[in-house]
Amino acid sequence: MNVIYGLLAISILVALIFFGLFIFSVKKGQFDDDYTPSVRMLFDDELVKDKDEKKKENSNNQQKQS
Amino acid sequence: MSIDKCFHCGDDCARTKIHHDDKLFCCNGCKTVFEIFSENDLTCYYDFEQNPGATPIDIDGKYDYLDKPEIVEKLIDFQEDSTEIVSLHIPHIHCSSCIWILENLHKLNQHVVSSQVDFPKKKVSITYKTEEFSLKSLVELMSRIGYEPYISLENYNQTTKSTDRSLIYKIGVAGFAFGNVMFLSFPEYFEVSEYWLEQYKPVFRWLMFFFSLPVVFYAGRDYFKSAVKGLRSKILNIDIPIALGISVLFVRSTVDIIFNLGSGFFDSLTGLVFFLLLGKIVQQKTYKSMSFERDYKSYFPIAVTKINPSEPLGTSGAVGKEENIQVYEIERGDKLLIRNQELLPVDGILMSASAEIDYSFVTGEAKLVKKVSGDKVYAGGKQRGSAIEIIAEKSVEQSYLTQLWSNDVFQKDYNPKFQSLIDKISKKFTIAVLTIAFSGLLFWLFYDTGLALNVFTAVLIIACPCAIALATPFAMGNLLRIFGKNGFYLKNTNVLEQMADLDVFVFDKTGTLTTNKKSDISYSGLTLSEEDKMVLKNTFRNSNHPLSRELYSFLSSQNIQDSESFEEHLGEGIISTYNDHTYKLGSAKFVSNVVEDPGLSTAVHISKDETYLGKFEFDTIYRKGVESLFESLDSQYKLIILSGDNEGEKPVLTKMLPKTTQMFFNQKPDSKMRLIEKIQSENKNVVMVGDGLNDAGALKQADIGIAISENVNVFSPACDAIMDASEFHKLDRYVDISKKGIKIIKLSFLFSFLYNSVGLYFALTGQLQPVIAAILMPLSSITIVIFTTLATRNISKPILNE
Repeated sequence: MNVIYGLLAISILVALIFFGLFIFSVKKGQFDDDYTPSVRMLFDDELVKDKDEKKKENSNNQQKQS
Repeated sequence: MSIDKCFHCGDDCARTKIHHDDKLFCCNGCKTVFEIFSENDLTCYYDFEQNPGATPIDIDGKYDYLDKPEIVEKLIDFQEDSTEIVSLHIPHIHCSSCIWILENLHKLNQHVVSSQVDFPKKKVSITYKTEEFSLKSLVELMSRIGYEPYISLENYNQTTKSTDRSLIYKIGVAGFAFGNVMFLSFPEYFEVSEYWLEQYKPVFRWLMFFFSLPVVFYAGRDYFKSAVKGLRSKILNIDIPIALGISVLFVRSTVDIIFNLGSGFFDSLTGLVFFLLLGKIVQQKTYKSMSFERDYKSYFPIAVTKINPSEPLGTSGAVGKEENIQVYEIERGDKLLIRNQELLPVDGILMSASAEIDYSFVTGEAKLVKKVSGDKVYAGGKQRGSAIEIIAEKSVEQSYLTQLWSNDVFQKDYNPKFQSLIDKISKKFTIAVLTIAFSGLLFWLFYDTGLALNVFTAVLIIACPCAIALATPFAMGNLLRIFGKNGFYLKNTNVLEQMADLDVFVFDKTGTLTTNKKSDISYSGLTLSEEDKMVLKNTFRNSNHPLSRELYSFLSSQNIQDSESFEEHLGEGIISTYNDHTYKLGSAKFVSNVVEDPGLSTAVHISKDETYLGKFEFDTIYRKGVESLFESLDSQYKLIILSGDNEGEKPVLTKMLPKTTQMFFNQKPDSKMRLIEKIQSENKNVVMVGDGLNDAGALKQADIGIAISENVNVFSPACDAIMDASEFHKLDRYVDISKKGIKIIKLSFLFSFLYNSVGLYFALTGQLQPVIAAILMPLSSITIVIFTTLATRNISKPILNE
């Protein structure tokens, strides 16, 4: 039954890893603003094309037209 | 969306309608912002929210002081090589569109590297390259799109406060340990005597011991500190029984596992600390975007334009050189240039011919004050109209208004008179618990010595006032949130408790009882013909004077035709010609050369070809529900009105308000403060309701200072609570709810006493098993949390916005 020591060690290690991640995220300031990120994540789809791309597109269109 | 609403800012397009790209705009400013966005492919801005924008305000020259590197240096957070990071407060941030556009600033300007919005604080942190860009250009860019940052003297020399995250760490530690200890103690709960469980018991127990070490010595540290502090000042606060409970739990459990007497109470110990910290975090709810500690620094500009005396070059027309100087550098005798919308930073003497000064920050009075050359002008006013020159009379700190802040009241941090409910009860509670514990000890010493210590510690463990300590944070924290949702923002839960115990209500008049937005306009005199009305409307349209704007929307004529000539005499009136008729509009003196009696209301007089037609009168408007509010407060409280104005409104007030209301007129800022001090010396609890900076002393002196604000995000003096002006008529209901809130807390105390007596039965009879403690403690806490949450929601129904 010595395996139980190993299991305990592993389970505590896993718990400690998550605890460490929590400390790390608090330190990084992830808990300072609890509202903005929830809105920000919804924006990604609306990101507009870069200006260069748009210009290319425009010039393509113009070429087509001419 | 109504068709007459501006696509950009949502304002009514009554004055002008501009059609552009199938959309309607109220002004060119809004249209320009839309054009900037559409050129840069950022029209998504309008997809998240309807009419999210703000009209950009003309900022010409306002930020010239940002050219000075020493000022910029004090404002930015970080600087290295050619990169700067600045954090700006932007009052307009209010919706998801705002977050989106501000985080896409780099699309508008290539020099901006990145930007991040902190919505609750209404701040944006921007990283930009300084090679061809500067803070000034950044601020101007943001102002152009309607997101003008708010930069005041307060930002100057501001030390970046590191946010205190210790409570989050502590909760993390306690929660982590609580969860693990629960798992480890699970087998013991069922008392299964399997061979392998018996064999590993010591391992499990010692693991629990190690998990609880950081909980006791780190997460629960504050309770010990507070208990020691309480004992030193001879106050039996609630943290004493808590600290006692924690230490007894820890020592008893450690002894238990060392001598193999039992599994110990580590699960209850970690759970207790975890729940207590949860309560703390609920109570700590603060409104991050608001500041309750403001002084004049938040209102004052960082720099002003100083006009240096011209060098004696011999040429007569030498013009003084303009220079931006920091306001603290202003010295007596300096000549200062104050532009339109700029604030007077010091007391001074007006040099320009005339000025119109808006003292609404100071007094709450929206009407402009006219000054002529040689008049004394006081700090805190805003110039409206063309730029003026003044000679400084005093330095910033010595000015009439700013001197108020050197009063002792502003050094005091808290109200020493106030004793919270929990402090009152904890004294009795601690004494009772100790009495029971010691009598239990004595009894069992004679009866069964072996059990004596067991009973003694069990009593201290079970009586640990977790539920009592949770009742206040949850009930008050919940009420605080409900109040905040409705537009009444309290500084902390203590304010709520104090609101339940008031004797005297003191109100400021101007800006508090009266609104500073809408006025009631009435016309008296000869009947105006349609043509007259049309001319007047067009004349008012051309003028930017606030009264003209109000009169423009008041007049119904629709014809828009430009008058032939238009002449605005600043501070006096307007002369306008149409179809060979000359119209004069303005003050009585200007229109008909009669000196106006220093009347009670503001009026605009009109004459046509030197014939007097009549006048438009602006009457003060009282806020909605003032009468009924006073009526309902009158039965329980003493009501006082303090006004800085003359007695002009006294007859109206006496007629409108209950007869017992006392009124004081012509009050200066410090005399308001003295009066409140005098009432307090009669052992009365005073609440002051005010708005302007001239109430700041009184707001601070009073037991509770409530600032009424039309826009809660921008201006309010130092106070304990900020109230949205639209909620003013519900003040009595808020007070009522806080009273009921106190009752709820008392009821929850009763509940927790019941739980405690059940626990005490087990403890005193020597039957307290760890599992019983582990069930009772969370059960009582959760009951209290549920009860207070439901009850507070129930009592706050009367204030909910329909």
